[in-house]
Amino acid sequence: MNVLLVDDEDQLVSTLAERLELRGIHASWVTNGEDAILMVKAREFDVAVLDVKLPKIGGIELKRRLAAIRPNLKFLFMTGHGSEEDFEAGSREAGKDNYLVKPVRIEELIQHLQNLVQAEKKE
Amino acid sequence: MQRFKPKFWDHQDAAAGPFRAMFNFRSIWLQSVLLTAAVALVPLLFLAILDYQVSRKAVESEILNRTARLVSNTRRSIAFFLEERKFALQFIGLDNSAADLSNPERLQRILHNLRAGLGFWSDIGVIDLSGDQLAHAGPFGIANVNYADQPWFRETLDKGSHISDVFLGFRNAPHLVIAVKHAKENEPAFILRASLDIERFNDLLGQLEVSGQGDAFIVNRDAVLQTPSRYYGNVFERLPFALPPFSDKTQAVEMWDHQHRDVVVGYAYIPDTPFVLMVIKQKTELLSAWQRTRSRLMTFLGASILLILLVVFGVSTYLVNNLYLADRKRVMSLHQVEYANKLASIGRLAAGVAHEINNPLAIINEKAGLMKDLFIFRPEYGKDEKLLGMIDAIIASVDRCAAITRRLLNFARHVECNIQQVRLRNVIDDVLGFQTKEAEHRSIAIVVDIPEDLPDFVSDRGKLQQIFLNLINNAFAAMKEGGRLVVRARRLQDEPAIVVTVQDNGCGIGPADLQHIFEPFFTTKSREGGTGLGLSITYGLVQEIGGRISVESQVGKGTTFTIVLPLESCKPSGENHERSAGG
Repeated sequence: MNVLLVDDEDQLVSTLAERLELRGIHASWVTNGEDAILMVKAREFDVAVLDVKLPKIGGIELKRRLAAIRPNLKFLFMTGHGSEEDFEAGSREAGKDNYLVKPVRIEELIQHLQNLVQAEKKE
Repeated sequence: MQRFKPKFWDHQDAAAGPFRAMFNFRSIWLQSVLLTAAVALVPLLFLAILDYQVSRKAVESEILNRTARLVSNTRRSIAFFLEERKFALQFIGLDNSAADLSNPERLQRILHNLRAGLGFWSDIGVIDLSGDQLAHAGPFGIANVNYADQPWFRETLDKGSHISDVFLGFRNAPHLVIAVKHAKENEPAFILRASLDIERFNDLLGQLEVSGQGDAFIVNRDAVLQTPSRYYGNVFERLPFALPPFSDKTQAVEMWDHQHRDVVVGYAYIPDTPFVLMVIKQKTELLSAWQRTRSRLMTFLGASILLILLVVFGVSTYLVNNLYLADRKRVMSLHQVEYANKLASIGRLAAGVAHEINNPLAIINEKAGLMKDLFIFRPEYGKDEKLLGMIDAIIASVDRCAAITRRLLNFARHVECNIQQVRLRNVIDDVLGFQTKEAEHRSIAIVVDIPEDLPDFVSDRGKLQQIFLNLINNAFAAMKEGGRLVVRARRLQDEPAIVVTVQDNGCGIGPADLQHIFEPFFTTKSREGGTGLGLSITYGLVQEIGGRISVESQVGKGTTFTIVLPLESCKPSGENHERSAGG
């Protein structure tokens, strides 16, 4: 499973990526939307985990752009869920199940990732 | 008296500050009463007074006119009566010579004819210019009398005629004398003198219908009564007050008589006679009819004034009271908005803080997680149980922090929320989450008894939070250390609603306070800065989401608030946005 993590907190994403690697999930990470687009164009990912609040290109907007590049790409949102708008937008865009509130338990994250990928396979 | 005192009477709006005068309802009421009463009463009273004076003047002048008319007519009758007799004497003098008249039989016949033709003649005499009586006819035989020294004789010689005062004379009956001088060419001059009964005057005056207990009589110019008067004495008595001044016309004046009665006096000096005709009327009698009408009008005026005042008082009180109630409502909604604002601000602050903390918390979580992972997945790190335990402690603490921030976010999110599916348990937990520390601190036991199968319901979560926050805060304020708070929920059997009770075993509320407890601005904590709005706002909120709230309390035993919430709130969501927009 190939996962792309996008969050402006590099300390968070790098650690998260390393923990996923330890569990046998290939995780790449970037800290902004432009890099994420470049990465998605360059390589194929199963799931993109996006922070709702990102500099320049917001999480919701980024999802649309990435989906345009790779229609099969699955998305998982992750947020500090500071404001009403974040919550509303995130859960509307991704559905309640694909919306995680920080801090996230690693087991929970993996569970969500696996669910997404399996759902894709069923289809 | 207390019962009639309107609600606004003792109101003092300390919060109005420099605009306090605008909210002094007592002075507004007073201004309104004075202004409307003045506008209504001043023209009314002005008209009443004006009418009183004008109509009184009219009545008085009418009285004077009527009196003058009466006097004038009577004067004419009397003057005519005397003139007639004077002319008769003149005719007799022209028709007969002195010699003819000196014949007693002739004179007797003339007297007889006069009595038959004109009436009221008593006797008649012929006198020569030296004053000797030549002949006399009449009931009393008067002979050989000389009148030369009498004033009337000299006056007759000078002026040609004379009319005397009334006097008794030999017959002891009031009468008067008319004397006429005759001087024809070639004949000796002589004077005809006749006396007249004055019954005719009495008849004439007696026939007058003098209104107002009137009195009509004749006096001479020395104010001696010539005919009897009803009030001012008998014939030959002197009038008890001074004669009004001479005037050649009929006069009517007002004056005070000797008994200080207000009278109207009409009088006329009858020309060529010593007589003054007087008609005296009692003014109070004359005015009495007008005064009766007046007193009826005054009664009507009094009743009108009373009615106007009643209406003015009533309307002013009603309006100012409504003004007062509207103002109270305004203040109340201001407070309500302020309260909602405060809650929303707290919510936003909490959300901001929680969000900021969540990111570093996530990093701690991941770093600690990675450390744990490394210990588990990488054999070179070895499984140091002590370090693993410390990492677990870090992760557990992060979890606790996360729970707190999540609760803050949850709470803040719902402050501004509107109608949605609500799980009561979550709402209560959210609210109680803020109180657990205080509860532990004061060793207050919190029991939440909400059955798992209690259905979710559609309502405004923000309002529910405010409602329960208020009730639970109140309960905490009422309880001492070691208290017990019970929140219990049940589904109602007979209606689609759930009933929630918030019960404490605190100090309780006295029955006197209990009936006012949901009223705005009712507070027992005014010294501690209570606005008295908490429960009234709670009441309002419960109403807004279609529920109802009631309270039971016993002093010393505790208080139970019961809220019934419908499973389907029928309020449209639009209305709820007002609150969130303000907040």
